[in-house]
This record gives sequence, C-alpha cells and structure tokens, in this order.
Amino acid sequence: MRRGPVTRILGEHPVGTAFVTPYVVFVAAVFAYPLGFAVYMSFHDYFFAAPGAIVDRPWVGFANYVTVLTDPAVQRSFLNVLIFLVINVPLTVILSLGLSTALNSAIRWRTFFRVSYYVPYVTASVAVVGVWLFLFSSNGLVNSILGPLAPDPSWLVNSKLAMPTVAFYVTWKQLGFFILLYLAALQNVGADLYEAASMDGAGRWQSFLNVTVPGVRPATTLVVLLATVTGANLFTEPYLLTGGGGPDGASASPVLIMYQKGIEQGNPDVGSAIGVLLVIGVLILALLERRFVGRED
Amino acid sequence: MKLQAGLLALVLAGSLAACGDSGGGSGDADAAAKATGPITIWYSNNAEEVAWGKQMVAAWNAAHADQKVTAQEIPTGKSSEEVIGAAITAGNAPCLIFNTSPASVSQFQKQGGLVALDSFSDGKSYIEDRSGDVAQQYKSSDGKYYQLPWKSNPVEIFYNKKAFAKAGIDTTNPPLKTYDEFLATSRKLVAAKAAKVAIYPAPSNEFYQSWFDFYPLYAAESGGKQLVEDGKSTFASDEGKRVATFWRTMYADKLASQEKYTGDAFVDGTAAMAVVGPWAIASYKGKVDWGVVPVPTSSGKPANEIHTFSDAKNVAMYSSCKNRGTAWDVLKFATSQEQDGKFLETTGQMPLRKDVATVFADYFTKNPDYKTFADQAARTVEVPNVPNSITIWQTFRDAYSKSVIFGQQDPGEALDGAAQKIDQLVKQS
Repeated sequence: MRRGPVTRILGEHPVGTAFVTPYVVFVAAVFAYPLGFAVYMSFHDYFFAAPGAIVDRPWVGFANYVTVLTDPAVQRSFLNVLIFLVINVPLTVILSLGLSTALNSAIRWRTFFRVSYYVPYVTASVAVVGVWLFLFSSNGLVNSILGPLAPDPSWLVNSKLAMPTVAFYVTWKQLGFFILLYLAALQNVGADLYEAASMDGAGRWQSFLNVTVPGVRPATTLVVLLATVTGANLFTEPYLLTGGGGPDGASASPVLIMYQKGIEQGNPDVGSAIGVLLVIGVLILALLERRFVGRED
Repeated sequence: MKLQAGLLALVLAGSLAACGDSGGGSGDADAAAKATGPITIWYSNNAEEVAWGKQMVAAWNAAHADQKVTAQEIPTGKSSEEVIGAAITAGNAPCLIFNTSPASVSQFQKQGGLVALDSFSDGKSYIEDRSGDVAQQYKSSDGKYYQLPWKSNPVEIFYNKKAFAKAGIDTTNPPLKTYDEFLATSRKLVAAKAAKVAIYPAPSNEFYQSWFDFYPLYAAESGGKQLVEDGKSTFASDEGKRVATFWRTMYADKLASQEKYTGDAFVDGTAAMAVVGPWAIASYKGKVDWGVVPVPTSSGKPANEIHTFSDAKNVAMYSSCKNRGTAWDVLKFATSQEQDGKFLETTGQMPLRKDVATVFADYFTKNPDYKTFADQAARTVEVPNVPNSITIWQTFRDAYSKSVIFGQQDPGEALDGAAQKIDQLVKQS
C-alpha cells in the first residue's frame, strides 16, 4: 500500500503524534538536553562565563572523573547515601505497606490518620526541619525522654548517628505519599483471594504474607524505585538539618557536594561528573531492584 | 533540590554561556566606558541598606534626568553570590551591585563578569584616595581593581551585660583580653547558668563560617595576616594553631555549641557573647543590653594593636553594563563623603574610607557605641583575593570543623593538612 508524505512523516495516527509531541519536547528540553550537556561539561574544563567572554574550555577526558573519584569528600558522600538507602528504602516499604494495610481496614478515625500521614509530605522541608532540630538537639524532647540513654554527642552532631537520623527523617516525611500508593494498590487485591485464604485456614498474618504482599508487588517495585531515586537526590536535609553535611561530612550527600563544587565553588565540570556518576549509580541500583523486587513468581 | 534540578541549573547556566559565546563580544570597552544613559543597580535586602539606597538613587535621579538609575534589591536565592553568578552567566547582571562579596570577586572575574575599574582614567586614584592603604587588599592578582572597597563591619566580641552581671562579672571592663581570661569568663558564665553557652559561632560547614570564628582571632593573633599571602597559606603557623587550640577548648569544655542554632542565639539569651560586626546592632535594640570588646589574643594585646576580619561588602561593575560612564559616575556619587556619611547614619556600618573616625567625628560623638568600630576599621583584614577563593575557604572549613568543632583530629595536624591542600589550590591559579 502506498503511503502519503504526511503519513510517512507523522505516522498512521497524526493526531496521536500531535498529542504526544508537547511531552516529547518537554522531556527533550528539561531532561535529555540537560543530561547530555552535563555529560559534555564533565569531559571539559568547563566554567560558566559571561556572554561574549573569550574563555578556553578544553577537552580533559576523564580528568574530572579522576578528581571526583579520588576526593575523600565525594567518596564519603556516596558511602553516606548508600547508608541512607539501606535504612530508608526497606523502612519505607515496611512502614508504608503495614500502615496502608491498617488504614485500609475498617478502623475508626481512618480519614484523620490518612491526613496525618500525608501532612508531613506536603509540608515544606524547611519548616519541618526546624521541628526536628528542636526534637533531636542535645536538650531536645527525644533526649529528655531518653534521659541517661541519650547519645553523646547528640543525634545530629554524632558522626555515627547523623545519617541514620536523616534517613529516619526522610522516611517519616515521605511516608504519606508511599502509603497512598499502597492504598491504591490494595484496592486491586480481590476480596475473593482473602476469602479463599481464610477457607484454607490462613490467619491474618498468613493472609497478609500470602495474599497482600504478592498482590501489591507492582506497587512495591514502584515504591522501591521511587524511594531509591528520591533518596539518591538527597540535598535539603543535609543542607539544613545537619548544617551542610556535618558533622565532618558524615551526612554529606553527593548532590550537596555537587552543589558546593558546581555552584558555590564555580566548578560545574566537577559537579557534572558527580551528577553523571550518580545517575549511573541510580540506574544500576534501579535495574538490580527491578530484577529482584519486580520479578514475576 | 533534586538531582535533575541541580543538573538542570548547571546546564541552563552552561547553555546560556554557550549561547553567549557566539554573541560576538561585549563591544568596544573604551566606548562603553564613556557611554552614558539609564542604568540598573542592585543593593542588599537589609532594611537599613534599602533605606539608604532609595535616598541615594532619588538624589542621583533628581539631578540626572537623562541618566536614570533603576534600583532593586538583589533577587532572592540561596545566597547573593549564586544569584550574581547566574546573572553574569545569563548576561543580565545590573551595572552595579552594592553587595559584592570580596571572596567571590576572583570567581566573577574568571567568568568575565566584571569591569576593571582601572579602565576609567581616575579609577585607581579614586579608590586609593578614598580608602587609603586598606585598598591594596582588594587588588586582584593581575594588579587591577575589580571592586571598589565600600563598607566594612569590623568583627568584635559583643557581650550581654545582664548575663555578665548574673555571673558576677564586671560589665564595663570584662576580662576578655587573653585566651585564659576569655576561657575563665566563659566558664563562669556557663557555671552560673547565665547562658546555656558562652558564645555561639555557627558550627555549620558553610565555607564562610570561618570568617566569624577562626579568622578574626587569627587576624588579631598574627598582627593582621591574611589566610593566604604571597601565594602561600599562612595559617598553619604557631599563631594559627594557638587560635585553633583556643576554640577547641571552647568546644571541648562545652562553652560553645557544636549544634546548629536556628535564630540568633545572642538575642535569645542562649549565648552570652557573639562574634559579629556593627550591622547587628540594629537587631539588638530593645532586646539585649550589650557591650563590645575587641577579639581576644593569647597575650592580651592592647585594643589599638588588634586586627580583625573586615566582613566587607563592596561595589563592583558588571561587564553586561552598557552605560559604564554613568555607572562610574553613580559609583563615585554613592561613595562620596556625603553619601558615606548618610550610609553610616542609616546603617551603622563603616564606610571603607580612610580616617573614618575623624571624617565623621560628629556621628561618633552622638553615637559613642559605634566609636570602637571606627577605630577598629583602620585595622581590618580581608579574605585573600585569590583564584579558587571559595574552594580554599571550604577546604579550610572542612579541616577546622573536623578538628576544632568535632575533635576528630588534632587541630594542629588538621591545619597542616589544610595548608598543603590550599597551597596546591593557590598554585593552580
């Protein structure tokens, strides 16, 4: 069959193509092009210059990557974010699945609880950070309750506890969003499955393990991926909660270091190299998670 | 901020620069230096400086209808320096910014964002006649002035008289001259529960925080040395190590806090002392009955020998400016003796003008609290005007934070390590 020139260019469904085009342009402009440009910067001695300024930005091969990979502060930040993810991702999955299951059952004050879990998610981090500083300072509420068991140095200035505290904070703050995802997924688990399990003699816990958990597996894959991606992008909390990644870089994240080097110190080439490595790292993690969490039985 | 947003910010700025590269140059510099016409300026968002800025602009515009100045506060961002850096890259920086941090000048210069004020026939002489010897600290490594030294906030020790009285310490002449005296006074204050901590310099890791703990005391102890001089770091010396050890004792004995504080610890009464310049006085009005003394030295040097950090903000002209002739005239008008006097009256900050104490003697007679800052203004130390300046300060802060604030390394060892790295950074320039 002969195809006209319009069909050749726009395909069989030109209206569909027209609908898709704005999003393609959006993705190209705000994601593909910036990512490509970041890769370009990371292979050059690049810095921002005024329009018209005559500057030399030579190709430097992997020099920026060598600088980044041999920098103890950068190494530490990648280790920190790994510690963060090891705590944050499983905790997010366990808490949001458990709480959403509880909220899905007919309990009193269900709407109140749903709103309560969602409020931290929609509240600006800057505002919530103030409350956590108050809670976790050496004379804060948490230490007052713990009394002699309170850690010294206190949570946010303790090099071993700072990153776990940040991980707990982020878990708590984002829980509402992940609970919503699970609540939506739970609506798709058929009541007949629970009935069948019950007839087979399964208790509540066994129903949860054998019906709920497999039933929401696609949501779990999504939650794990999203928690990993947002966790790897950690910036606001080390910037505000621990005063610039302190103590002694124990809570510095790669994005914080990227900001310091790329924006504050005027080395966007080095900042881009950190960004590219982070993107690669997150992609590898996401693939692994998809392979192990998202697998079909 | 998310990673994508970070990459995007980096890239958008980069793209703008890339677009600009093909723009074909900024035109004939000589012609631009003489061009007159309307210009735009930015000033700080500090209420007192805004008030001064508005009257200055009104006074200029009243006499120069054909060279109208449009002024606005610096757009908000994480810091003024980031906003200015982005504006340079985008090519939309104003002609003059009355809030240019000396630490960022080398970076802005590298970006091709600044106009050398020496390009005006009377540029160099105007700066040096107005500021005297102190102007030399503001020269860039190529020997030119890319900033006009405008105003300083000599950092001293403020103390809360009420807290001192509660601890039974003399409130008119408190023992704060030597490190031993300072430590003993601090211990008394905390023991008497006059305040939770004696002093509360921000313990966070931002590159500029060392300007308000280590650097003023180092300037005093070393007799006015900058962090880097003649292409080499100076702070890993006996003087630097004495300062670091002093602060380490303050933190180890819990006389200063390692924890971040939201708010003003001095105003809130959490700390009995503060290391700050006269700009803060306005915020203490009606809240703290304060006194002020110079920063301590190990041997208790007399006040007239003590140097301190200037905490200066300067004025720079940006290369996107078309009517540079007007911009230079406005710059001279805004830093004239008359406008400097108005600035001092409105803000309490010290114009970086030689003999400020005698030129504005009337003001200091009427406002004796400010006299000490005028005397101190003659002995201020600026951040070194070297390339990689911010990286150098971040490197220093990282070492200081690790050793002095958190005690995870010997302070002397940490300073030695930082000095090696900083010497490398200076060499790269």
